[in-house]
Amino acid sequence: MVNNDILLGQVAVGDVLPKLDIDMTTSLIVMGALASRDWQPQHHDRSFAQERNGTKDIFVNTNHNASLIERYVTDWTGAKGRLGKIKFKMKSPVFPGEKLCISGQVSAVHQGEGGIGWADVSVTMSVDGQACTQGNVRVALPVEDDSNPWQIATEEWNPDFAPLGA
Amino acid sequence: MAQLEEISEISPMSVAEDMIGKHFYEVESDVRVDMNSVRSICAASENANPLFWNDKFAQEVVGACIAPPSSVAAWLRPHFWSPSPNADARALKLHFDLKEVFQVPEGIMVDNELTLYAPVKVGEQLRTYQVLRSVSEEKRVKLGIGRFWVIDVVIENESGERCAVDRYTGLGYRKDSDGE
Repeated sequence: MVNNDILLGQVAVGDVLPKLDIDMTTSLIVMGALASRDWQPQHHDRSFAQERNGTKDIFVNTNHNASLIERYVTDWTGAKGRLGKIKFKMKSPVFPGEKLCISGQVSAVHQGEGGIGWADVSVTMSVDGQACTQGNVRVALPVEDDSNPWQIATEEWNPDFAPLGA
Repeated sequence: MAQLEEISEISPMSVAEDMIGKHFYEVESDVRVDMNSVRSICAASENANPLFWNDKFAQEVVGACIAPPSSVAAWLRPHFWSPSPNADARALKLHFDLKEVFQVPEGIMVDNELTLYAPVKVGEQLRTYQVLRSVSEEKRVKLGIGRFWVIDVVIENESGERCAVDRYTGLGYRKDSDGE
């Protein structure tokens, strides 16, 4: 990650984020589940996943999906990008050996208070061209070089100002 | 069914309506946010954000070392094993309670939205409670007949600052094949 912070004025509706490919290994999926303290066996025990869930293998857990989405969006924004909302639906599981392709597009841009603004980004995670997770993220961005969403006063931090895209 | 509800002293819907807005399952986490776990979470998503790897940078930008915002729910999960028995640590217990109230055998989550407020700092011990926001009338859906309910899992830090609200829309239902 190169720490070049995007400013609100550099973002427009329709902007396409750089794609990100990640090889989802067994180790990465197990790591994602256990690091997020999700001990459900379908995320680390292949036999359990096959026999009890009827899936071909273990699969990525919910929190790991969220972490991947966060990483994807903040790779684009830089470290000053501060998440306000995450909403996603998992349509199909992601298994070991699959290459996950994450793509995104800016769906809305909003002016905020305290030197920040907001970008809404629609995010799609796909395997072999099929969307497996789709969601939306609202992220706060600095308006100027010296503004910082992480330092905004609590009363000015309002990610609820409008519904996040469906 | 209407007759049954009329003669019953308290209908399931009345029970559910009485639950709306109240705090349930207030729990303090049995883990503290720690930097090694933060970095394990980042490793699993190959997240190189310097906020989570460079303490000095995090202090300059945020004023503290913090956890990735999307990981907030992880800090509430109990240990895989613990010598202290925890009667019922099931996440989203309110969802299962509502299934019992309405006597529906099936339940799924259909939507989830995480809203983030105060950053979660390394060293903090979070606490949580669940709030029922709404329950719909009975509806026919693709899976059968059931009701939608909205549950907020509110997450706060030790100072009482709100860190996140994890809002779930659940569906409790009876498959057509289940009968009465």
